[in-house]
Amino acid sequence: MSDLYRENILDHYGNPRNEGVLENPDISHERQNPVCGDVVQLDIKLEDGRVKEARFRGQGCVISMASASMFTEKIKGKTISELQELDEEDIFDMLGVELGPSRVYCGVLPLKVMQEALAELEQD
Amino acid sequence: MSTRTSLDTTTCRADFPILNRKVGGKTLAYLDNAASTQKPEAVIEALTDFYRKHYANIHRGVHTLSEEATVAYEAARDQVAAFIHAPDHRGVIFTRNATEAINLVAHTWGRTQIKAGDRIVVTLMEHHSNLIPWQQLSEETGAELAYVSVTDEGHLDLASLDQHLNGPVKMVALTHISNVLGTVNPVEEIVARAHAAGARVLIDAAQSVPHLPVDVEAINCDFFAFSGHKMCGPTGIGVLYGRPELLEKMPPFLTGGGMIERVEREKSKWADLPMKFEAGTPAIAEAVGLAAAIDYLKGVGMEAIWAHEQELAAYAWEQLSEISGVRVIGPPAKGRSGVVSFTVEGVHPHDLAEILDSEGVAIRAGYHCAHPLHQCFGLPPTARASFYLYNTRREVNRLVAGIRQAQQLFAIKR
Repeated sequence: MSDLYRENILDHYGNPRNEGVLENPDISHERQNPVCGDVVQLDIKLEDGRVKEARFRGQGCVISMASASMFTEKIKGKTISELQELDEEDIFDMLGVELGPSRVYCGVLPLKVMQEALAELEQD
Repeated sequence: MSTRTSLDTTTCRADFPILNRKVGGKTLAYLDNAASTQKPEAVIEALTDFYRKHYANIHRGVHTLSEEATVAYEAARDQVAAFIHAPDHRGVIFTRNATEAINLVAHTWGRTQIKAGDRIVVTLMEHHSNLIPWQQLSEETGAELAYVSVTDEGHLDLASLDQHLNGPVKMVALTHISNVLGTVNPVEEIVARAHAAGARVLIDAAQSVPHLPVDVEAINCDFFAFSGHKMCGPTGIGVLYGRPELLEKMPPFLTGGGMIERVEREKSKWADLPMKFEAGTPAIAEAVGLAAAIDYLKGVGMEAIWAHEQELAAYAWEQLSEISGVRVIGPPAKGRSGVVSFTVEGVHPHDLAEILDSEGVAIRAGYHCAHPLHQCFGLPPTARASFYLYNTRREVNRLVAGIRQAQQLFAIKR
């Protein structure tokens, strides 16, 4: 059996945390993985410059959905500059598995959504 | 079993060294042949033998090695011409792959023949390789890009074709066999209708030439493209067959060495066919490898390969259809190619492919470079098993077992 599907990953897939949308989010962004079509929308509410609440909505494989679920927990309480520092390594640490080249895109999709959202925020 | 095929899978499998390797501790079941095929010893040997004994650059070399390499390269061209029943080997152009072959036509024939107001017809079941070049051409020229629709069963809607043929249509570009649905298109009939409407026809044969006997003269198309790596040959070698009278009028695609007859400071005169379209040092060893692949396939017999794949596809279709939650895409079991795409309710194809990989079974997951088809069928990404001469019923059984295993693992209500 593939060791990708550890208990915590299957748990987040089966019982996603923070699934849904936020009303009047400060940050809201959606991105599709063009290769497999996985979609993640990420909504973030800020308070005093920190993430007060984060929710995701999406469709995709176990890895992308579990990653999105974990990601909403991981970013809670972080400042914008802390969010900007997150990278792929943080995602691998969060998931607790190394992703091969064909699955990296699934795992980092929520991170990419947030990075795009932050880039847009800076432009505004 | 209806027809006893003369193909001996056990013998065939022994010809492919890679089939001995283990993946995840299990014997490899390679079911990703629509993406690329494995190489028999004969092809690997032809490549190394060529590099060990005969390699040099071709054409205009007077030394022994260059002459041997040139003879081998041109013999490969003749071999290809005979394999697809091309009436004239001058129409056989070596390219990198089918994609490059189609781009060659779209760039050279397209940019001289297509203008605003013209119509280019493709189908909704095209691989992106036979779609994006035409989409680009249409964007640049202002020509209309029309899509032949696909019926619910996965066949081309010929009434929709006829509608599109009624008008200023210049090119019909379509696939011989769908890389997702396994549908075998009635290309001879379509070519006849398109020609009657005054259009030229390009056939994307990437999924047909490797699997069944083809005859470009009988199909009567104007252009015909395929890749070597999908037919036991090396990567980096593909073929465009074109009617020489059309190729002669087309400007070159890439320019440089090898494709000129005379060069002056201000202008040049192009070389004759086929060299006009083969600028730069071509994939010489790969052409030799492709010839060896053709020899190998002929030895097994294309009729036998096709019969074997149809039998396997029908078996897979039946076995998969029996699994609850599995939906097989495309036409019914009979008459389709060895490509079987499907969805498994509640299991994303990436996750399915991952689980199957841990069981040594290699399949593909995603949109298979056919986004418009998935959109038209309202399909999520799909899983695809695709067969070749070395695949067996036992491997289909392992696929089925892997699907059941994934269903158990991901039996989570979301």
